[in-house]
Amino acid sequence: MSRFTEDNARLAKEIIGRYPRPRSAMIPLLHLAQQQSGYVTNDAMVHIGELVGATSAEVYGTASFYEMFKFEPVGKYLVNICGTMSCALMGSEELMHHAEHKLGVKVGGTTSDGMFTLEHAECQAACTEAPCLQVNYRYRFRVTPESFDSLIDDLSAGRLTAEIPDHGTVAKVLQHIPADRGVGAVPPESVTEAPAWLNGKAAL
Amino acid sequence: MNGTYAHAPGFIAGDRPKIVTSRFEYEDSYTLRRFLATDGYQGLRAALGRAANEVHDEVKSATVLGRGGAGFPAGTKWGLTPQGVYPRYLVVNGDESEPGTYKDRLLMERDPHQLIEGCLIACYAAGLSQCFLYIRGEMALAQERVAAALNDAYAAGYVGKNILGSNFSVDIVLHWGAGAYVVGEETALIESLEGNRGMPRLKPPYFPAAIGLYGQPTIVNNVETLANLPWLMLNGAEAYTAIGTKTSPGTRMVAVSGHVKRPGVYEIINGITTFRDLLYKEEFCGGIRNGNQLKAFVPGGGSAPWFTEDQLDIPFEGPQAGAAGSMLGSGAVMVMDETTDIPAAALTLTRFYAHESCGKCTPCREGGTWLERILSRVVDGKGTMADLDQLIEVGTSICPGDFPHASNAKLGISAVPFPYKMNTICFVGPSAYAPVNSALVLFREEFEAKIVKRNTIPVTAVGAAS
Repeated sequence: MSRFTEDNARLAKEIIGRYPRPRSAMIPLLHLAQQQSGYVTNDAMVHIGELVGATSAEVYGTASFYEMFKFEPVGKYLVNICGTMSCALMGSEELMHHAEHKLGVKVGGTTSDGMFTLEHAECQAACTEAPCLQVNYRYRFRVTPESFDSLIDDLSAGRLTAEIPDHGTVAKVLQHIPADRGVGAVPPESVTEAPAWLNGKAAL
Repeated sequence: MNGTYAHAPGFIAGDRPKIVTSRFEYEDSYTLRRFLATDGYQGLRAALGRAANEVHDEVKSATVLGRGGAGFPAGTKWGLTPQGVYPRYLVVNGDESEPGTYKDRLLMERDPHQLIEGCLIACYAAGLSQCFLYIRGEMALAQERVAAALNDAYAAGYVGKNILGSNFSVDIVLHWGAGAYVVGEETALIESLEGNRGMPRLKPPYFPAAIGLYGQPTIVNNVETLANLPWLMLNGAEAYTAIGTKTSPGTRMVAVSGHVKRPGVYEIINGITTFRDLLYKEEFCGGIRNGNQLKAFVPGGGSAPWFTEDQLDIPFEGPQAGAAGSMLGSGAVMVMDETTDIPAAALTLTRFYAHESCGKCTPCREGGTWLERILSRVVDGKGTMADLDQLIEVGTSICPGDFPHASNAKLGISAVPFPYKMNTICFVGPSAYAPVNSALVLFREEFEAKIVKRNTIPVTAVGAAS
């Protein structure tokens, strides 16, 4: 189980078709696998390898390099609290202690009901809004102990499902290139000439 | 307009010329409708009305400096592709993760069409036949906004086959990152885009413009750099260079975070605005929080050696910051006031780079971890004086020779100018040492205090027991 579903296999092939070499689709396909199962399963990595022409070991070799890919189930909500400098200067350490207490887990742990996994994250590019955190990569800015508590309560009560999808789904909007509009990707070796518009004349 | 916009958290507008943030005031700034109503895709139209080499020349004469960190002029970079070798690719570096930095995220979330238009202008000018827009994985909203904008732009004929009915055809492919700081290094970005672990490539070749994606000539440009191009095409190089200085024209986005009254992302005048303006003027950060004193600040992202009040009058001009011992990097200023525990602050950055080392070069892989461990025990009050020497020794094994640092009148030290020598392929290793070195050079007594305090406790206890 956990190979791509029929729909996802179709989407995977569409994504692969955008690249001059199939292997370039590796990371997008790993995201797709994680979206399907909440984490990246071994079967999914075998399937990705078949699709892009790599061994499953090579797929795992790539996948394990990147922070976002998980190889065992995590909570429905992955709570990443930033601890890099700007957030640290504004009290992220206290926020982390508070979060551990509120969730009843140590950093890295998952609550027994499988709802929350708490992680320490590195800079999330929201440094002026410190301390910040992400829940499944959705931001919360200038987080206080009080706002953290109400965030967790809202998530637990299912009040934020419209905004924050379950772990694995990063973007709710995906790119689609219409068949009649796309140029299409070709292997680099099949291109030898300069593109048409580089002829010294205006294109319009 | 001096206000903040609820729909653009972090961004603070002002009465200054705006090149890349002009649409941020609109709540629907990311839509094609708003974009078209505010000169959207007119820069592209202007570019396509001229020969590609003329567009390239215009970008060269405007000296659009790269906004990703190194500050290399974009037009010059495009010119480094070898003659007659095709296909050539454009890879957009939207993997913004340098500590303290965020502007690319705002540009992608708030004005994705402007970025798309910039990509198209670059592809046209430099003869790049496909564009890959690599967005940091953790930026969900940016990915959604750019995906939606691309879908709309394809449907409306701005991207893809025969753009605006011309013979210019190019695909822009949105690519997802998956969380790895080192991928911001351009050759690591290319490795990642090829489906590999994001490890920087051995140099030379120094520029992927010669050998890049799939071994082909590849231009890697930062998001903000490309976002400048539509305005430049519409208004011309002369108007562009009329803003800022000759060597640093235009504007740049800077994020100021930490202990200031009004932390925010500002579009400032390149080469002219000084750190003092930025930290103290009312139109910017309005001074240090709670009327406190400034202790130190990081001028250009976590990798940059630190400045103190002695360097406040330096403007945002690369060569001046370099001579003073640091760099402007990615436009990120992190401010520490008098309450800051300096060794602990340095540790947050060193831990970041140690964690983000890809493991390819030994001095970084081992050295970064050593720095983090030694610094941790000093911060925890378990260090010794020998640890401080050890920190410098490890740092020197990553970066031989004198590491750049700022001058300081009170301490009677003069600056060691940027850049440093390095025993690593990329800047992650040196970046782990930069905060340690700055903190040790400028605030050594704080490290010693942590060590002395620890040493005195057991001695007293032993004395009392006997």
